[in-house]
Amino acid sequence: MADTRHVAFTVNGRPVEATVETRVHLADFLRHELLLTGTHVGCEHGVCGACTVLVDGASTRACLMLAVQADGRHVETIESVAAADGAAHPIQAALSRHHGLQCGYCTPGVVMTLVELDRERAGRALTEAEIRAALSGNLCRCTGYQGMVDAALELFGASADQSSV
Amino acid sequence: MKAAPFVYHAPDTLAAVLDLMARLDNARPLAGGQSLMPMMNFRVATPDHLIDLGRVAGLAGIEVVGDRLRVGAMTTQRMLEKSALVREACPLLAEAIDHVGHQQTRNRGTLGGSLCHLDPGAELPVAAMALGAELIVVSARGTRVLAFADFPMGYLTTALEADEILTRVDLPIAGPREGWAFIEFNRRPADFAIVSVAVRLSLDDDGQVENISITVGGVRPTPLKLAEVEGLLTGQMPDAAIIARAAAVIAGLDCEGDDLYPPDYRRDLCETLTRRALTRAVERAKGRGHG
Ligand code: FES
Ligand code: FES
Repeated sequence: MADTRHVAFTVNGRPVEATVETRVHLADFLRHELLLTGTHVGCEHGVCGACTVLVDGASTRACLMLAVQADGRHVETIESVAAADGAAHPIQAALSRHHGLQCGYCTPGVVMTLVELDRERAGRALTEAEIRAALSGNLCRCTGYQGMVDAALELFGASADQSSV
Repeated sequence: MKAAPFVYHAPDTLAAVLDLMARLDNARPLAGGQSLMPMMNFRVATPDHLIDLGRVAGLAGIEVVGDRLRVGAMTTQRMLEKSALVREACPLLAEAIDHVGHQQTRNRGTLGGSLCHLDPGAELPVAAMALGAELIVVSARGTRVLAFADFPMGYLTTALEADEILTRVDLPIAGPREGWAFIEFNRRPADFAIVSVAVRLSLDDDGQVENISITVGGVRPTPLKLAEVEGLLTGQMPDAAIIARAAAVIAGLDCEGDDLYPPDYRRDLCETLTRRALTRAVERAKGRGHG
């Protein structure tokens, strides 16, 4: 019989309780059980970053973490980023303005990485090198990254208004 | 691309971990999961029991005790990266950590996990070897202290017994006339290293090499200490001529490789990177020595 566990954690601020098969990774749990399909699955071995979510605020490969390991933690996914009325978050708007996405497959992971980066910088201006280092963990087959970097520089660079977005 | 079934355990004390490790067959401890989880998803690793160390208190943390930096095995790579204490006390480790993975994997990946996984392209085992790290290894049978040099047994294989786990890594604190360098070559930043080199050295009052430790990764299944090169440099003025002689020794090194990066290519990289790492370490030793 499959090994299962009862877990309780929050996803985007809402409490979640479920009995999960222990071998199910967090990305599959979010997508298949909670139907939060914004978190994408590209490689399932930690290379592409499409599955990036925040766990207790830290960017995490959801394919390399078991759903059972989320017990007691706070998970944030791309579904939490836009405003309740659907208005794009400033990071999403900037990505759109700078053509920082094309097919959009990598974009949920990119956005979550930039959300973490924005919180961690705590108002400090970032260099292009710092932005590129953060984004190096998100593979994109379409854009060539320049649009993403431009978007992040507009928001977090030296000439940006230095409040967190 | 899904892990095969296993029984999951999440003990919250070290004693409970050790009890499970002693009792269960084909059990694997799970640290940050950044290597084991991909292997399980690929079904290269198929443990019957997975023992999650994530709920055990006291396995993560960084502190100075005497002349050692003590790092808990479950300390994440991100904690190391952000630690001012690590940058000050053990700059070689800090320089190595800057090459390890991406922020999304460093957030969960741990020092202990990387050392125990022992990937030939991983940076931390190379740094640990160059630093002469000491490993605190425990089981229900007791505790033993292993020199890192005695830890690698072969490809992805360590000296850990089936019932043992690594709990702590002790590293020497850098002295005033110490120089260090960690350099690697890869195709993209944050990839595994094709070849990496870690150097730690100290100079005496006359500017001669007093102690030196050089380890390379990527030329053998496990990190390789370049004892001959260390011997050549010890007691010498570390000038360009002797560094060139050191590089020449490496030209005769027996290297292993693969189709993508054959032995000759890796040997060339090793020679070049060692020359650069030695040069950088010597410059730093002189810089630190002068205040
Ligand atoms: S799906 Fe998780 S990193 Fe690619
Ligand atoms: S927009 Fe298509 S993969 Fe990035």
